[in-house]
Amino acid sequence: MSNYIKLIVLGVIAVFAAIATNYARDLAYQVHAILVMLIAGGLFIWTLRNTDEPETFVDRSGEYMDGVIRYGVIATAFWGVIGFLAGTFIAFQLAFPALNFEWAQGYLNFGRLRPLHTSAVIFAFGGNALLATSFYVVQRTSAARLWGGNLAWFVFWGYQLFIVLAATGYVLGGTQSKEYAEPEWYVDLWLTIVWVAYLAVYLGTIIKRKEPHIYVANWFYLAFIVTVAMLHVVNNLTIPVSIWGSKSVIVWSGVQDAMIQWWYGHNAVGFFLTAGFLGMMYYFIPKQAERPVFSYKLSIIHFWALIFLYIWAGPHHLHYTALPDWASTLGMVFSVVLWMPSWGGMINGLMTLSGAWDKLRTDPVIRMMVISVGFYGMSTFEGPMMSIRAVNSLSHYTDWTIGHVHSGALGWNGMITFGALYYLVPVLWKRERLYSLQMVSWHFWLATIGIVLYAASMWVTGIMEGLMWREVDANGFLVNSFADTVAAKFPMYVVRALGGVMFVAGAVIMCYNLWMTVRKAPAKEASLTVAVPAE
Amino acid sequence: MEEYTLLRQFADSWMLLLLFSVFVGIIIWVFRPGASKEYKDTANIPFRHQDKPAESKEARP
Repeated sequence: MSNYIKLIVLGVIAVFAAIATNYARDLAYQVHAILVMLIAGGLFIWTLRNTDEPETFVDRSGEYMDGVIRYGVIATAFWGVIGFLAGTFIAFQLAFPALNFEWAQGYLNFGRLRPLHTSAVIFAFGGNALLATSFYVVQRTSAARLWGGNLAWFVFWGYQLFIVLAATGYVLGGTQSKEYAEPEWYVDLWLTIVWVAYLAVYLGTIIKRKEPHIYVANWFYLAFIVTVAMLHVVNNLTIPVSIWGSKSVIVWSGVQDAMIQWWYGHNAVGFFLTAGFLGMMYYFIPKQAERPVFSYKLSIIHFWALIFLYIWAGPHHLHYTALPDWASTLGMVFSVVLWMPSWGGMINGLMTLSGAWDKLRTDPVIRMMVISVGFYGMSTFEGPMMSIRAVNSLSHYTDWTIGHVHSGALGWNGMITFGALYYLVPVLWKRERLYSLQMVSWHFWLATIGIVLYAASMWVTGIMEGLMWREVDANGFLVNSFADTVAAKFPMYVVRALGGVMFVAGAVIMCYNLWMTVRKAPAKEASLTVAVPAE
Repeated sequence: MEEYTLLRQFADSWMLLLLFSVFVGIIIWVFRPGASKEYKDTANIPFRHQDKPAESKEARP
């Protein structure tokens, strides 16, 4: 019966997409319509061929749903390499403008590729990592199989479709020009549907949990899912100009629009890249260190302090703009206060290793997790400092901001994700161990040195740029033109790009190592069926 | 009174007080007597049920 409903829905979508292809007003919309038509049509045929076949019911309630997590792990590694490559390429474009090829103008120049890079690393790499690990963690800590059956598969494939629509849209010019929220209205609507399904799967699993308590990692994941839903909907309240085109107009205007954009933008950092990844930290660090989290009380206070404070920090992106002074002061004060819960969380993560510090010498995976928490501490100190108005007057619009973002994104988000992948692959593919710990060490050092090169060169070029912009001569005239600063930044841009190359090389080594773990590492057999003692 | 002023006044008085008391309440709740024992059990959740879900009959103390 449900197949008939599916067939009707898929058929309607395919026909609508065909009409949309015909009437499309712009290229991005047309390509997307063709893509949707092909996918809906393909799914229609596939569903049709499986309709009215005798059903074989297998009871899987006694095992975890790991298939979707395996796909999530592969997608994380795949999008990670794509996103890092895109980032490295645009870093070289900045150093060597000739790489903005003449034949690809309007498609592959820096302006088009930059959002492709940011979305690929944040939403494709980070998003898939969050999807996979949250499904893994919520099942293990609730002692229950994922709720909703195949809904989890819908979430996974629906999210991949969102990524493909977003990425192709940027290259073809379908963007609403809101940072980290570039996709146009129909892509936003699709993500909303997928996200509500994600929330349903996650909440459903928590509701049917067998453990009396909800483990702290789930609180962080849940906060991430709920808040991102709210941010996404409010920041994307747009009215399409035509149902046959990608262009839309936002309902907010002027400074309200700017404020809502940065309320969204900063909380995308706060809840997507922080709360969600803290959920990872609170599960995978205790697992890898084989000891419970340092202080569970601190983790609860950490959670609520972070939730209460983060949401107010956005206005620090709008110092010295049309935003009222009280609002930017409020954002600044909350950003500085936010330093405390951030470091509380960092201490909680690091101290989980107390009594097991020797593992740092023998286990490169835990080394990766520890340095990620270290980078978390570093960038959550740098951030509040940069949010202070006087510092911001120097740092804003310079490369210092880019350096800050990357020490957080590559150091904290990247490294904790790598650590989680190294933990997950042997468990999910039932292998005894990783293929090569030596390769993990190589990855660790390549990535770490890459980040150091990146962050250090961006500090230098950022502060230099800020000082050059504000330099005035005895008569009060500006000393430097903008082009002077661009020329002065060249050597640092090359160093930054080389840091990127090292980071990509580390990620490629990881992919090879994980692939060989699945292919070659000895299988784990007997121990799997033995129940783990409760105490 | 215009809507903006009304909301603004409510936000920086009663709502601020409410949110702040909720936060202080959470911190007091975390340090309630007997919490340490309970949290010790909760903190060990990741080390149970690694390979398969709990049986429906299996009740945890």
